[in-house]
Order: sequence, then structure tokens, then C-alpha cells
Amino acid sequence: MAAEINFMVGGEAGQGVQTIGFVLAKVMARTGLHVFADQDYESRVRGGHNFYRVRASNTEVQALSEKIDVLIALDQATVELHFTEVKSDGITIFDRDKIEVKGKKHAQLGIPLEKLAMETTSNKLMTNSVAIGAAIAIAGGNFELLAQVLREHFTHLGKQLAEDNMKAAKAGYDHARQEQAPNSIHAIKPPSKKSKRMLLNGNEAIALGAMVAGCKFVSAYPMTPASSIMEYIADKGRQFDVVVIQPEDEIAAINMIIGAAFTGVRAMTATSGGGFSLMVEGLSLAGITETPIVAILAQRPGPAVGLPTRTEQGELGFVLHAGHGEFPRAVLAPISIEDAFYSAVKAFNIADRYQIPVIMLTDQHLASSYQTVQRFNLKKVSIDRGLILSKKEASGLKDYKRHKLTRSGISPRAIPLQGTALVVTDSDEHDEEGHMIEDGRMREKMVLKRLRKLEGLRDGITKPRLSGEPDAEITLIGWGSTYGAIVEAASILSRQGIITNVMQMSDLWPFPAQAVTSILNKAGKSVVVENNATGQLATLIRAQTGIKVDATIPKFDGRPFSPGYIVKELKKGVV
Amino acid sequence: MVTLKDYAEAMPNQWCPGCGNFGILKAMRQALVGLGLEPYKVLMVSGIGQAGKFPHYLHCHVLNELHGRALPAAIGAKIANHDLTVIAVGGDGDGYGEGGNHFISAMTRNVNMTYIVNNNQVYGLTKGQASPTSDPGFITKTTPEGAWEPLKPLALAVATNCSFIGRGFAGDIKHLEQLVRMGIQYKGFTFIEVLQPCVAFNHKNTYKWYEERVYKLEEDKGYDPEDRTAAFNKALEWGERIPIGLIYRKDRPVFEEQLLALKEMPLCEQRTDPLQFEQLLDSFL
Repeated sequence: MAAEINFMVGGEAGQGVQTIGFVLAKVMARTGLHVFADQDYESRVRGGHNFYRVRASNTEVQALSEKIDVLIALDQATVELHFTEVKSDGITIFDRDKIEVKGKKHAQLGIPLEKLAMETTSNKLMTNSVAIGAAIAIAGGNFELLAQVLREHFTHLGKQLAEDNMKAAKAGYDHARQEQAPNSIHAIKPPSKKSKRMLLNGNEAIALGAMVAGCKFVSAYPMTPASSIMEYIADKGRQFDVVVIQPEDEIAAINMIIGAAFTGVRAMTATSGGGFSLMVEGLSLAGITETPIVAILAQRPGPAVGLPTRTEQGELGFVLHAGHGEFPRAVLAPISIEDAFYSAVKAFNIADRYQIPVIMLTDQHLASSYQTVQRFNLKKVSIDRGLILSKKEASGLKDYKRHKLTRSGISPRAIPLQGTALVVTDSDEHDEEGHMIEDGRMREKMVLKRLRKLEGLRDGITKPRLSGEPDAEITLIGWGSTYGAIVEAASILSRQGIITNVMQMSDLWPFPAQAVTSILNKAGKSVVVENNATGQLATLIRAQTGIKVDATIPKFDGRPFSPGYIVKELKKGVV
Repeated sequence: MVTLKDYAEAMPNQWCPGCGNFGILKAMRQALVGLGLEPYKVLMVSGIGQAGKFPHYLHCHVLNELHGRALPAAIGAKIANHDLTVIAVGGDGDGYGEGGNHFISAMTRNVNMTYIVNNNQVYGLTKGQASPTSDPGFITKTTPEGAWEPLKPLALAVATNCSFIGRGFAGDIKHLEQLVRMGIQYKGFTFIEVLQPCVAFNHKNTYKWYEERVYKLEEDKGYDPEDRTAAFNKALEWGERIPIGLIYRKDRPVFEEQLLALKEMPLCEQRTDPLQFEQLLDSFL
């Protein structure tokens, strides 16, 4: 019995690859295992080739693995494309009436998937559930757990549908059990300690974090891979009084949240690069009007439409400079699904405390990959709205100055109709009251006031830390979603005798230059690993610290890093 | 008691002497006072252009937005606090050109707010270029061959089933004041276009030109503002005779009233307790 198992489900869009991939991940999580699951799909609704990888382990996993133990082929293309990725002691499950498997490098289990679906439910669409039943049997899983997850997943779509899925899954489970012993080499060792963990993806973590932080207003225009943030909040937010608006375009989205934030609610938008491009004028408005907003940018490969359903980290340089003029901002790039939750809370607190726009930079890989995480600790969440005047304070003020010049650069905020103070702000350069000006002296004062906020903010962001051995031959450097793959690569290398540690950056602006300098001064050979072609973090490090890293490992094929890929590239070029 | 003094200009005025904006400002001030609305209950959101400066010359909450973007910000503000009286104001370039998409969407969405477009058929702040409503053949620095087909904003508004469509004239302050009062009181999205002479850059559509052409729909007893087809025809009427007054009215459900989150109290007054999300976390186990 193995300590880890890797499944891959492959098929056309419309065959239910996502559904059984998720169900499989959920069953493994309920079994008490650690799970990481990632999705690879095309920009189409039907046809093509999609796959879903589920990695379940007795120890923590936070990256994908390229080696497959159990391949579940719902179509011929899956066999053609992934047959060689199956380990020699792995197994391929396929529909023996529909799919032809040539070669015998590993075990094969041909099951009449569609026939069993028709026999049990008279519904061809149940084929994927037959397959998942078989897969769970092969993995030594518990059918009751599978039935429970299927019931939860399908009941809201209709009781009959849930029943049919369970029947079909049972047929697949029983069939596979007859052909394979339950304790075969493919089965995973059940965990010694059962812990309850949450299974969720990056977008869900951000949506939860935003709601928990008290975000009350979301205006966003659908764009892959960000859409599920607004969809989740639109659905669950109803019971927590969160308003979600789908406006006419992204320009409206950012201006709506600026209007809502000006009027006192926590507000956010979520988009991808193309949509964010349309928002940059509004970002600049949030800068000069000192309106606290949060914008989620879930990156996908560009330029322009690029590869809509795939992943890249190509917009770091963009978000650091997005928007005309000079104004302070914060850029946070959560490094994991757990971090995405707490980072979303932090984004709102920073936005309010410094009255600035905060950009959360994620990507498709983080947005749509699932991972088991420790249940979020809501007691650890604190909501800091910054300097907001109470109704009483705001009512006592005569000639309230929204943009009062202060040492910290932060002016106490009055909110319209929360008291009687009149709140005035302008996209034009303005005086302390908020009225437009032409005076050069006041202009200078206002620019410096706004930029002064960065000084306080610099202390408020999370500094990068070195993880792993302090004295290493190699220091891998990354940012955002690549953390899981980089950390695992470092541990593989260290086991192989190449002592490697990691500096992963989450908060990228204001850039923690001091912390990075002191880490890199003591680092081994420094290698930046990033999902882009031009080495944007490497460039930023050089610009901010003067340090030129020793090497970079770029990747820009639209696919995420795996630990194995990083190890291979490193050995090829660096060691 | 609210008086005109409460709405006195908050900064020195920058408009040209004789600008049509002065008449609109006066009508607006009188309407707000007439409705007994205290300045702290009113949020004015504006775009950029000469009309974008409008809120600075009143004393109320001001969000002077980007060019063309007043409407989405105003909608966001109204949803954040539906107890505020929200008025957006801008010019024809701002609202019909740069903000055209927002204009259409705001009318279909039907948030309870007022939108005033000061239409002078020319770009004033950038000094005399053609606007989306410039009359055909109108020659400017950027249209040496003359302006092309003008947009008919009121007809567009009828097409979107905008719940309240009015048109006033900057030269008839009393009539405009009544129209603005009616608009602010009306429940739904109110669109009021104001015909505004530009003394600096539009020497065609002058006070005199308008005075010879405008007529009041209220004086036409046979006109029914709830008749959409009739309204569409009126919205297209331009040239020899130009109608002002209430063009169209249609009671429609108000967007924010359908939002469950606003049932108990305004969004901005609600407080979040992180611990109320424990159950939602359970759904991921």
C-alpha cells in the first residue's frame, strides 16, 4: 500500500471530467488524506481535451505531480496523450467497449462504463460516475464516503439525479472490486490520524476571505479565471447581505466600487488581465481620491486574449505601474490557498488603513486548484476600518477636510450621511477640502501626502522569509502560486544532496527591499522560478536591491510548474 | 429650514460669463431648497468637462469622478447608502460619448437616482470640438468637413424604457426647476437633458436659437408621457420645434429595492462579525 496516490481523469469538455475530479478529491479529503488537485481545460464548452489531477497523500501536498497511479480515461485522447505518464505499477481504467488501449507497460482495467451506466440508470451521462466508482474501488476507498459526497453534490440538482449517480457509481465500484483485490498495490494507506480539513480552491478562499472581512459590495464583469469569485459571493453572499453586481464592463465595475467605498462600504472587484487593463484609469482615481478598494487580478497568459483558461505570472510589472500618475498602492500575491484567505482579509485592512487601492495578484493555477487546508481560524480575523470618524465626530466638525494634510499622509475619513460633515473629493488635484486647484505648492503637498502613506505601509506588509536549511547551495526564489511546487522541488533536491532553500514572496509592493537584500546576501546560488518569459521578479529584485540573481527558470507555456520540472531544469542549467 | 445660502458656491466659479450652466445651477439650487433637502443628504457625482465642475459650486457631498464615469460611481454610492439623494451630472461629451455604455446600462438598471446632462452640443473644456450631439454639418477644429449624424439621447432613453425622461432649457430656469424637482422626487432612474447654450464655442445653438424653437409639452393637453410610441416621436423631434418637459414616464421596479441585502438597513450601516461564517466553512469539510 502506498503513502500517496495520483489520479488523472481525462475526457472531453461536457463528459463530466470536472465533476468526478472534484468528487474524487472530496472523497480523498474525507478519507482524511491531504489533497492537491489541479485542472487543465480548454476555452470551449464541448469537446477538446480536459483533465483533472488529484493527488492524495498521507503527508501534506501542495503541488501537482506528473506521475500517474490511476488514469481514468473517458475518451480515446486521454489514453493517447497520457498513457506514458502512468507509472509502471500504475493502472488505466477505461471503457473497454469504446476505447482501445495498445501496449502493456502497466496494468489495465477495461470496464464497460457506458453499458453499466445504461443498465443501471438508462442514462449515458452517468458514465463518469461508473468510472469514479471503479477508481475509488481501485484506491481501496470506502463506497459509503463516495455515496455521501455524490449525494451532497447532486441533490440540489434533483433527488433522482443524485440516486442515479450513486447507482452508477456502485455498479462501477462492484465491477472493479470483482476484478481487483481491495488491498492491491494501487490502494492508498489510510491515514493513521483522521483530521477534518477544508477542501477548496483559491477563488473560494478569496471569496470567503472577502466576506469574512466585511466586504459588502462586489462589482465584477465575468472573466476567466476570476469569475467564480463573484459567482460564489453572489450565491452565498445572499445570506450574509453582500451585494454582487454584474455591470456593463470592467470600467463600470471599478467605478462602482469606488462609489460604494466612498460611501463607506468595503468593496471589491475581480478580473483577469484584460479586464484589469480597462480598470487602470479607475485605479488611478482611487489613488488620487484616496478611496480604499480591493481589486483581484487572477492572471492568465496574455497578451490580449492569450490563453484564456491557462496560467501565467505575466502581470507583475503591469500591476506595479498600472494607472497614470504617481500614487501609492499595495500588491499582495498569496502563495497558497490558505494564504489567499488571510491575504484577502489583509487586503481590506490595508486598503482602509491607508486609504489606497490594493491589488491581489493570483493566477489560474491558484484560482482553480483545490487543496486541503486547516480549517480557517475566524478568531484570527480582525477587521480594521482605519481612521473613520463616528457619526458624532463627523457631526461636530465644521469645514471638514477630507484630504487634510497629516504626517502619516492618512486623513480621517468622514462618510456621507454618517453625521453631517460634507465629504468632497475630486479626480482633479485638490486642496484639503477636496476642491479642485491649480496651485503648484498645494499640488506638491498633496502628492507628498499621498506618497507618505507608503512609509507606514512598508511596515504593514509581510516580509519574505527563508524556508529550509539556512546554509544552502541553492536558494530558489518565487512569488505567488508557485510556492508549493518550489518548496517540494527544494526538498527533492536537498534529499539528493543539493542543499536548497526557498524565498517565496507574497507581498510585492511596497517592495520589502531590506528583507530581500539581507536574505540574498546570505543566499546560495540564487535562482528565480517564475511563470513568465521575461523574469519580472528577477527584474524587480535588481531594480529595488541592485542584486542580480544568478539564474532564472522561466515557464510560459500556459501550464503550471511541477516540482519535477523545476528539479529537471535546475539540473540542466544551474547545478 | 434649508435656504439658498446653504447651497452657496463652495469655490470660485470658473465658467465663462453667460454660460448656460449658470441657469442650470440656479434651477438645481432652487429645486434642492424647494424640496427641503439638506446638503448633507445630497451626494452629487460628476464627470469631467465644464459640467463636471457643477458640484463644486454647490455645497453638498461631492464625488467628482473621471470623464464619463459618473454614473457607475453614483450607482455604487446609492446601493451603498440608499438613504442618500444621489444626483449625477455631466455634459454631452461626458455622458453620451465617453460614458455611453454606462448611460445605456444605468437606464435599464433603474437605480433610484437623478442624472442631469447639460447638453451644449460641443466640447467646452477642451475648447470647441464636436460632440455626439453636434448638429450635422457643425464645423469644428476636429470636424473640418462638419459633424456627422447626431445621437438622439432621448430616443435612446425611450428605447431602454428609462423610467423618467425629461428635457429642460437653461434659459427657462423656472420650468427647469420644476422638472428637476419632479425628477428627484420620482422613484426610479431619472434622466433629464438640459439644452445649454455655449457662448464660447457654439454659435449656432444660441439662447435665441433655442428660444425660437422650444415649446412645453405640459401645454399640449393631448400628449400622454406614458405612451412609449408618442414619446419616441417626441424624442426625435428637433429642428423647427424642440419639445421640453416630461417626455416619458414608466413606473418600473427599482433595482436596489430588489436587493435582499438592503431590506433591513443601508449597506454602509451593516457590521460584519467574522464568527458568523463558521457554518459556511463547514460546507468545505
